[in-house]
Amino acid sequence: MGQRVLLSAKEINIILHRLACQLLENHLDFSNTVLIGIQPRGIYLANRLAKLLKETYKIRDIALGSLDITFYRDDFRRGDKILAANQTKIDFLVENKKVVFVDDVLYTGRSIRAALTAVQSFGRPLEIELLTLIDRRFSRHLPIQPNYRGRQVDAINNEKVKVMWEENDGEDVVYLVST
Amino acid sequence: MGELSVDHLLGIKYLTKKDIDLIFETADHFKEVINRSIKKVPTLRDITIANIFFENSTRTKLSFELAEKRLSADVVNFSAGQSSVKKGETLIDTVNNILSMKVDMVVMRHPNPGAGIFLSKHVDAAIVNAGDGAHEHPTQALLDSYSIREKLGDVGGKNVVIVGDILHSRVALSNIFALKLQGANVKVCGPKTLIPKHIQSLGVTVETNLVKALEWCDVANMLRVQNERMDISYFPSTREYTQQFGVTKDLLDKLSKEIVIMHPGPINRGVEITSDVADSGRSIILHQVENGVAIRMAVLYLLASKIKKV
Repeated sequence: MGQRVLLSAKEINIILHRLACQLLENHLDFSNTVLIGIQPRGIYLANRLAKLLKETYKIRDIALGSLDITFYRDDFRRGDKILAANQTKIDFLVENKKVVFVDDVLYTGRSIRAALTAVQSFGRPLEIELLTLIDRRFSRHLPIQPNYRGRQVDAINNEKVKVMWEENDGEDVVYLVST
Repeated sequence: MGELSVDHLLGIKYLTKKDIDLIFETADHFKEVINRSIKKVPTLRDITIANIFFENSTRTKLSFELAEKRLSADVVNFSAGQSSVKKGETLIDTVNNILSMKVDMVVMRHPNPGAGIFLSKHVDAAIVNAGDGAHEHPTQALLDSYSIREKLGDVGGKNVVIVGDILHSRVALSNIFALKLQGANVKVCGPKTLIPKHIQSLGVTVETNLVKALEWCDVANMLRVQNERMDISYFPSTREYTQQFGVTKDLLDKLSKEIVIMHPGPINRGVEITSDVADSGRSIILHQVENGVAIRMAVLYLLASKIKKV
């Protein structure tokens, strides 16, 4: 089992700034936009982006939520693992809002499919966009593509992309792990 | 997070502390779900659940049905009153007939203790006991503990008194198992005739003086006097029972601290508790009902996860 570094802390930092600027370009003052981190691992990226937008780009108010998709997944009872739920925290209305889903890795697209269904429990958004740090090309099972992507990678199916965050894992780094 | 150690929910007796923690954690998520504007998730859309009630129930049946529907399961209901049970069909035959219509889970209430256990040994479906005679009522005990945890932060170390008809109460037995498993101190209080002999062997203490019991406790779970299960007179009159074991506002005001009042319902107002207590801020009776749906969703979800895959 080997692993190589896909993105270092420095590269991640540059990418975060670029993604923040791309969001700003489309959403300006974020008055009608909400960021929603997809549980479990999308919340770190969402928190980082929100922090960056607030501190560096002086956006005063950013609605930030987290969405758990466990109960909307399409593989319930199909794997050996029991699906464990995480916290959903959306204390604002998404009705008529521009929603940006934030997740660390876009792989098959099935999580995002589930998230699209899940978010409807909170109202009818005006539009939904997808931001992802790593986009694993050529591995999609569904017609889902990101609007904002950090880095596109070609990884074969038995490789795994591991995104680590300083606040949770001790350092900012993205690994490509082959088994 | 793991999975439940059991394939059926037959009683609290068969659960571990870890199981209870897992059910509570899962219920937390479902409680958030049922407070959304759209309260339904598609998780159990390929599961069919039969609610088989051989005994009357409003709250439990409604609560289970709501939980099943909120999880998008298909639901069939069956009440013994209008069925072939009256024509002499046996329990296993009845249930196997229902199962041959491709039902994955059975929620059953039955007047005979052990009915759920018996069924789980003979039919191929996940069984949830919704009350079997005077034996167990596991989801009620789970929602009671969950409500205590919600109100007081934790169940462990708390003093809980169960007041009333302990002898005929499946709620009492399940609650004793659940509370002890989580490390609470449990007392039972009621007329001596309604307290089973040797109940101390379950690790509980007995108190026949209601005021002393209330002064000791953090939570009082008031049980209903189950007249329908009483073949003989266990106390002279309802009036005398109320005087000795009924909780009133006066009584609570005289205590040195505020305690939490619970009741599994249905309430006999003016018998075990007065209306001003039942409707006061001390009572968490309606929270118990709300939590019941979340707890049952959690139980159904966790048991359904263990049904072998499609």
